[in-house]
Amino acid sequence: MRIAAPSLVSGTLFGAGLALGGMTDPARVRGFLDLFGDWDPTLAFVMGGAVIVMAIVWRVVPRMAAPLFEEQFHFPTRKDFDARLIGGAALFGIGWGIAGLCPGPGIAALVIAPQAAAIFVLAMLAGMAIVRLFEGESR
Amino acid sequence: MMLPGFPDAAPLAGVAGGVLIGLAAAVMLLGLGRIAGVSGLAAKTIGLGGSGIARSGAWMFVLGLPLGALVVSLLAGGTEPRFAGPLTLAVAGLLVGIGTRLGSGCTSGHGVCGVSRLSPRSLVATLTFMAAGIATVAIMNAMGLEVLS
Repeated sequence: MRIAAPSLVSGTLFGAGLALGGMTDPARVRGFLDLFGDWDPTLAFVMGGAVIVMAIVWRVVPRMAAPLFEEQFHFPTRKDFDARLIGGAALFGIGWGIAGLCPGPGIAALVIAPQAAAIFVLAMLAGMAIVRLFEGESR
Repeated sequence: MMLPGFPDAAPLAGVAGGVLIGLAAAVMLLGLGRIAGVSGLAAKTIGLGGSGIARSGAWMFVLGLPLGALVVSLLAGGTEPRFAGPLTLAVAGLLVGIGTRLGSGCTSGHGVCGVSRLSPRSLVATLTFMAAGIATVAIMNAMGLEVLS
């Protein structure tokens, strides 16, 4: 319960934010990426709102000895760039541009367009499994 | 409110949605000490590594996503968004799945949590996937490919 309840609250707020901000609408997402065409800046406001809140939260974290419901914080610590990071981000960006969906909105859209979202999410999970197959270990 | 020059933009709904996403990430970080990265949490639900959170926590987060979207669509009512066809969705989903695992994150983990922390890896990843997305849409538009129906 200590983990389940905050996780559900976080996911629900996240899904509500995605829907409210228009990220579950592929036309709006692709409109944002259409920088050289009929550009729709809405998602810059979504990103901006989220980043400003989190920038404040990151200032609070060092003042806390531990998170509220867990023993300790777990942050990514790597600072290096490699081909894997950049190549992976590029592949992700291409997929994002093609259908106008990234992982969060794809999953959230299961209640908006169940069939379309299910195809996207299953293919995404398959892609994740393929990476795991080739690497043979979790990272 | 309308944005001058961009009649279709929804800046207020955008900021409000963004603040909710930021609060969601704050609950995950301050409550459980973890990054709210959707691709990592989604991978974790099916046991593919990803987030270090307990698998049950990953499931609760992932189940919350459609739940939150449902609440908003019930309250706001709404338009019926257009989605790509099955084949296009499958190709896009595959690329998103492979890319987010190789690149260790997506729009939420890198774009929101990492950028707000000024993580160098997240800044590079975010610039890369934004550039790739912009180039992809530009090329598809130049080729006259209309995918949303």
